[in-house]
Amino acid sequence: MTITLLRRLGPPLLGSVVALGLTSPANAAEELRIGYVAPTTGIFAQVGKDMVDGFQLYLDDVNSDFGGAKVKFIVEDEQAKPDTAVTRAKKLILQDKVHMLVGGLLASSGYALAPVSTADKTVYVVPVSAADDLTQRDLSKYPYMVRTGWSSSQPSHPFGQWACDQGYKKIAAIGADYAFGYEVIGGFQRAFEACGGQIIQKIWPPLGTKDFGPYIPTIRQDADAIFTLMVGPMSLQFPKQLAASGNKKPVIGGGTSYDEFVLPSMGDEVIGHVSALQYSAALETPKNEAFVKKYRAKYGKVPSYYSETNYTTAQMIHEVIKNNKGNFPGVEEFVKQVAALKLDTLRGPVTIDEMRNPVQNIYIKKVEKKKMFGYDKEELWNTVIKTYPNVSQFGQFNKDEFLKTPVYGRDFPPCKFCN
Amino acid sequence: MKSQHIKVLIVVVALAAIAIIVPNTNSFVILLATRALAFSILVMSLALAAIAIIVPNTNSFVILLATRALAFSILVMSLDILLGYTGLPSLGQAAYLGVGAYLTAILATRYQFGLGYDFWLVVVFGILLAAALAAIFGLLAIRATGVYFLMITLALGQCAWGLAYRWNSLTGGDNGINLRARPKFGIDLANDVTFFYLVFGLFAVSLLLMYTLVRSPFGRSLAGIRERELRMKILGYNTWLHKYIAFIIAGGFGGLAGVLWAHTAGIVSPENVVLTTSVDALLMAVLGGAGTLVGGAIGAFIVFGLREYLSTLVPWWQYALGAVYVLTILYLPTGLMGIPERIRQRRPATGNREDVKKMAPVTS
Repeated sequence: MTITLLRRLGPPLLGSVVALGLTSPANAAEELRIGYVAPTTGIFAQVGKDMVDGFQLYLDDVNSDFGGAKVKFIVEDEQAKPDTAVTRAKKLILQDKVHMLVGGLLASSGYALAPVSTADKTVYVVPVSAADDLTQRDLSKYPYMVRTGWSSSQPSHPFGQWACDQGYKKIAAIGADYAFGYEVIGGFQRAFEACGGQIIQKIWPPLGTKDFGPYIPTIRQDADAIFTLMVGPMSLQFPKQLAASGNKKPVIGGGTSYDEFVLPSMGDEVIGHVSALQYSAALETPKNEAFVKKYRAKYGKVPSYYSETNYTTAQMIHEVIKNNKGNFPGVEEFVKQVAALKLDTLRGPVTIDEMRNPVQNIYIKKVEKKKMFGYDKEELWNTVIKTYPNVSQFGQFNKDEFLKTPVYGRDFPPCKFCN
Repeated sequence: MKSQHIKVLIVVVALAAIAIIVPNTNSFVILLATRALAFSILVMSLALAAIAIIVPNTNSFVILLATRALAFSILVMSLDILLGYTGLPSLGQAAYLGVGAYLTAILATRYQFGLGYDFWLVVVFGILLAAALAAIFGLLAIRATGVYFLMITLALGQCAWGLAYRWNSLTGGDNGINLRARPKFGIDLANDVTFFYLVFGLFAVSLLLMYTLVRSPFGRSLAGIRERELRMKILGYNTWLHKYIAFIIAGGFGGLAGVLWAHTAGIVSPENVVLTTSVDALLMAVLGGAGTLVGGAIGAFIVFGLREYLSTLVPWWQYALGAVYVLTILYLPTGLMGIPERIRQRRPATGNREDVKKMAPVTS
């Protein structure tokens, strides 16, 4: 085992030594090239636009000047396909010679880009891709990767505890049938069952389902509440159809079911639904208010968490480059310095844990219709009703025990209380 | 920035040229263009060989793209055996790419197999497994023809996609499988240029084998089936068996494409097996010219060039791709490789008309 490991690691390590010896440190006031990968065409193009806009807004704020270094921001379209993401990342590294890769939307893009960063020894900053194992069980494979966003199950752990506190005993879960869905619902199940709750049903409609007719009637009547995890167009359809079916149960859900990307297009049927995430556009801090107003004035919409996390990511990169007086400090050193940051960001205080995932506030948010930040119309907002401060990706659980269990999947944790 | 404009300009000029020349096929301009085109096809085949020499000196991103296009070309050509030579439009060819790719990825990541000389065993296994899958699918699909064949292969292809997507423990589901290293046997394939040569070599061998196949008596009888199956049956050919064997052979080459694709991309995901990949292959074959083999490779290079290279330069690459498809279907139903043939047919026709004109005063 060690021999194969050595054989695997040997050449890259040797290569890095050579590379370090050859490349002289960049001079101050040089340009900093940031390669950004996001879907700008296809069904996820709008999400990709939010990502790019968030990053660009920060660059505009500081006039593309990171402590003396001029930022060159190069956006490439990953089309939400993992192998396109790889090709684009290669293009950025080989042709544009970028200092770092940033971006990737879906978990699959994150899993595709991280090995590229290892193979080509380039920094990879992950603002959106939330796949748990990137910063958990697979961390050791990706030494040049650091996450500035979140891990899928991170908000679910405190949320499960919150559900217990509400007195819910039995919850039925319905979520998109892919890795992100398994991780959000799995995290919720672990936390909810740890404090005495029961998940009595798990329903998995395929990703992209628009007609929930076959699924809604199967939701068990003895459930106290329904937990949903929807993404994209699913988020819009499900609450509508659930309301039309005459549902009277409380509905709670993962962050993407109600985030500000879908919220403005939703109807009043979602009022009162509760979700958990590390950001809400309705956070009442002066910083966030200024951000929402600025973003809205420029792009004509409320920022989603995709915008916020990229704005914050740009801020983190800025911070590190500024500390180095406008120089890129080298791959290992950059990752180390990002991981050591303690910043007050739009979403609240953020630090990075030893597994390179942020420790941050998790907000429990309720959809309300109200006026905010001086806008004259009543709109839907994610009002924060409870804050769990400084939540790590392992939440209330012991890290070592957590890592011994497999990653959340379709059948893990097992559904003990089903049937 | 400046070089970017020039590249864009070249693409625009090329597209404009096609748009102008093609509708005016009767004018004298086309005769000049004919020479140029016939010449350019010759050049293109030479260029393919030239790539092998030039590549080491080019930008490594371009090498990567060329490698991808070559690996995918094998799949497109395998589909061409069915589409162009047997008259079976399959919408499930990506399944074989998937089988080859997933086999390579699973063997490499779980068993560390196929990272040395045993890579060649993986190539063989990939071909055999894909051929075996084709043998099973073929039993179900070959009974149908036309639209029904299209539907059955589509359904079977989506079954393969479903497996890749849902069999999490084996395929990694939606996240796919990462290959962390390319094989190393005497030569180190981690080097993009070395790997390009390997893919180029296997591409050339595949092209040669397929070319031999379609020129063989077997290939000729496939063409007979494409033209009129009933007549072939009456002549005593077992047409079902012919089609079945062609289906299996196409599957085998698809598997080879898959093995190469896995190492080219470094990641295998359900995205490789999904319907759009099959449709892409079909479009490339039609764009280049069905029933020509090389046409498939040309189609692949054009589509990859527009989709993966032009898209790094400009945001409107999708319009360019769309325009190429529409123009091809409107003006070149036989694909790009059909251009010389169309011109050859036109020449005697215009020649005759001139003869008639000359004759006219004499007879009157």
